[in-house]
Amino acid sequence: MEQSASKEALLQKFAPQIEKTSFLASIWIIFLLCIIGVGVYAFICQVTQGHIVTGMRDNVVWGIYIVNFIFFMGMSYAGAIISGALHLFRTEWRKPIIRMAEYLAIISLLIGPGYILLCIGRLDRLYYLALFGRIQSPITWDVIAISTDIFGCLIFLYLSILRDIANLRDFKELKVPQWRKKLYSFLSLGYTGTPEQEKRLRRATDIMAAMVIAIAIIVYSVLAWIFSVTLQPGWHSTIFGPYFVIAAVYSGTGVLILTMYVFRKAYHLEHFVTRKHFVAMGVVMVVLAALFGYFTFSDYLTKWYGSEKNDESLIKILFSQYYWSFIFSNYIGVLVPLLVVGIPKLRTIPNITFSALIVVVALWFNRYLIVIPTLESPYLPIQDSRPEYLLYSGTWVEYALMAAGVALFCLLFTLASKFVPVINVSEMSDAPRDQREEGLFNTEESLL
Amino acid sequence: MKEENQKENRKSSRRQFLKKGLIAGAGVVAGGSLIGAIVNKNKPDSGEKVTALTTTGELIEVDKAQIRSPRVSISESHNGIPGRKFVMVIDLAKCKNARKCVDSCQKGHHLPKDQEFMKVYFLQDSDKSAPYWFPKPCFHCDNPLCVSVCPVGATFKRSDGIVLIDTERCIGCKFCMTGCPYSTRVFAWKEYPEFKEDKEQYSPEASSPGKEGTVAKCDFCPDLVRIGKLPYCAQNCPMGVIYFGDIDEDTVTNGNETLKFSELIRDRAGYRYLEVLGTRPSVYYLPPVERQFPVDSGFNGLEESIKARYKNTPYGKNHKL
Repeated sequence: MEQSASKEALLQKFAPQIEKTSFLASIWIIFLLCIIGVGVYAFICQVTQGHIVTGMRDNVVWGIYIVNFIFFMGMSYAGAIISGALHLFRTEWRKPIIRMAEYLAIISLLIGPGYILLCIGRLDRLYYLALFGRIQSPITWDVIAISTDIFGCLIFLYLSILRDIANLRDFKELKVPQWRKKLYSFLSLGYTGTPEQEKRLRRATDIMAAMVIAIAIIVYSVLAWIFSVTLQPGWHSTIFGPYFVIAAVYSGTGVLILTMYVFRKAYHLEHFVTRKHFVAMGVVMVVLAALFGYFTFSDYLTKWYGSEKNDESLIKILFSQYYWSFIFSNYIGVLVPLLVVGIPKLRTIPNITFSALIVVVALWFNRYLIVIPTLESPYLPIQDSRPEYLLYSGTWVEYALMAAGVALFCLLFTLASKFVPVINVSEMSDAPRDQREEGLFNTEESLL
Repeated sequence: MKEENQKENRKSSRRQFLKKGLIAGAGVVAGGSLIGAIVNKNKPDSGEKVTALTTTGELIEVDKAQIRSPRVSISESHNGIPGRKFVMVIDLAKCKNARKCVDSCQKGHHLPKDQEFMKVYFLQDSDKSAPYWFPKPCFHCDNPLCVSVCPVGATFKRSDGIVLIDTERCIGCKFCMTGCPYSTRVFAWKEYPEFKEDKEQYSPEASSPGKEGTVAKCDFCPDLVRIGKLPYCAQNCPMGVIYFGDIDEDTVTNGNETLKFSELIRDRAGYRYLEVLGTRPSVYYLPPVERQFPVDSGFNGLEESIKARYKNTPYGKNHKL
């Protein structure tokens, strides 16, 4: 069985991914770089001409930049929570996909905060956040939380790839330039797999796994509070913290399934990432779909039922101007995974991937509907204002930078998979759980 | 007899108000007009002499380079004017959207056409209720959410009740703009040419010159108050809609008449807008009763582009503006 295949055989199998870049892969990377290039040009336009080049104006002061910020941060938290939880519970099927979840956590975490920087009018004063930071401001909470999260996720990722780096260092047949070998040897920190090292590494990974789950929940709640501490009708909601966390994990599960699908095809991992893994992740997605639907329903039900004047006007906008995006994000985005993965007969890999795609797009729109319509319907009706200030629509600059973010995400994922295999070689070569006395709940030593 | 007494009271309190304002201003600006204090001894002389009036009333000749702008520095602007607590009262019964408040404010603060600190809304609370014109400055709340959420302390509340923005500190995150429930704040989306018209040194009290990528808003014109003048909007309103004054001194004035704040609020049932939000504004409104103008006279003489701004109001829709 592949699950307990020997380390050498696995390394042999994954070596080509690391050693060379195929023609198609090169084209792919150049294509991504072109998109990023357009994004860089858009960014230069924004810096030189001012924020006037975006669609944001005095009422809708945050546009799709902040939507993308929430979106990427959500993917990151999902990656952290999924990889942390799967690791802590020693779930057997985690092994081939946990590396992807960890990459997801860290890569989207490196891109997400970039979007909030794009909203900032004076990037040259960014260091003021450290110099004059006020702890009363939720933005400061966010700065602290996100930097803690980046730090935590990097440590967690490093701990979990450490064994594979050591494997690559010891794998003599690997045909990579000398500097790469030196890098592997440097990064492996002298890990040779002695029982003492193994024990320490396992403990540290367990602690970090638990920490990244906690940090992810806190960080995403803080992000939600940026909205809900204000008095704006659509945002001033006590449910926002948990709602955002659930939405984050939900969308991130979708992205993880898409990632699994892409890498499975690109690197021919059909033997490792099987239907079983898709179904398992699909079931996680269904549970989250139900939770997400429940939170969404609670939030809008209370707004609609009480029909306070400003809530009412918000609901009215959502069901007129934004009708189709509302239906898509909050109905189709919940029902498709529930039906497709909920019915055992329909649980095929393409079906699950398709519903994951729907979830990802729907959740992007969900964030759009949280941010923009609220800003378009403030307490005082928007009056005595230029017509172009009334409604928001993103400009090419904003969409170019959004595309650049997605391209950067794909690029970093591609490069990461060329550095350390996307399949966790060392865990795959570990014996299954029942043969080892490991795990969170069956040993005294872990965590303590 | 009683009436006369009251009149006398009002007169004296007005005098007192203006006098206090003058004294407060005198420390900063000599003569209350254009020439500032002499401070900068380190600068080399320019060779150009100007005549200045000192605080003690003497006329002296000084070099131009030694003259500081009458505006207070950024750090000084953090301190409120001592012993003051400013308040504004807006009489909705008298407003007919003459827009002099908007224009004079824009001119005084060197704002581009795209940025207004003062806006005039045309509100109608429900279908059957009467529409009314609603000038809206910054409310200078006593519990300002904009100040709470600012990550760098660029916007601050002073002891005299005024909320100001330091655009040298502002990073432009716009959180305060979403924090303000009254949509008071505006953003400099680009470098507007009007910003360059102002050659004086920047001061948060003047909110000028503006700065690209930062937030701005109505500042209650403390730079004018310091020299005993009313804010631009109150000075220039032809209807005397806007009263400005000191809540502790219990006096407000629109330039023509000076009234006791507490009596005005009591007799005219003054209120604060959206009290329910708990922001505790420093701006009070007098309800639009016994109005002096028909409400649609507010559309007279408006430019088409300005008129179009009211198309989406309930009244505008019903009357096919």
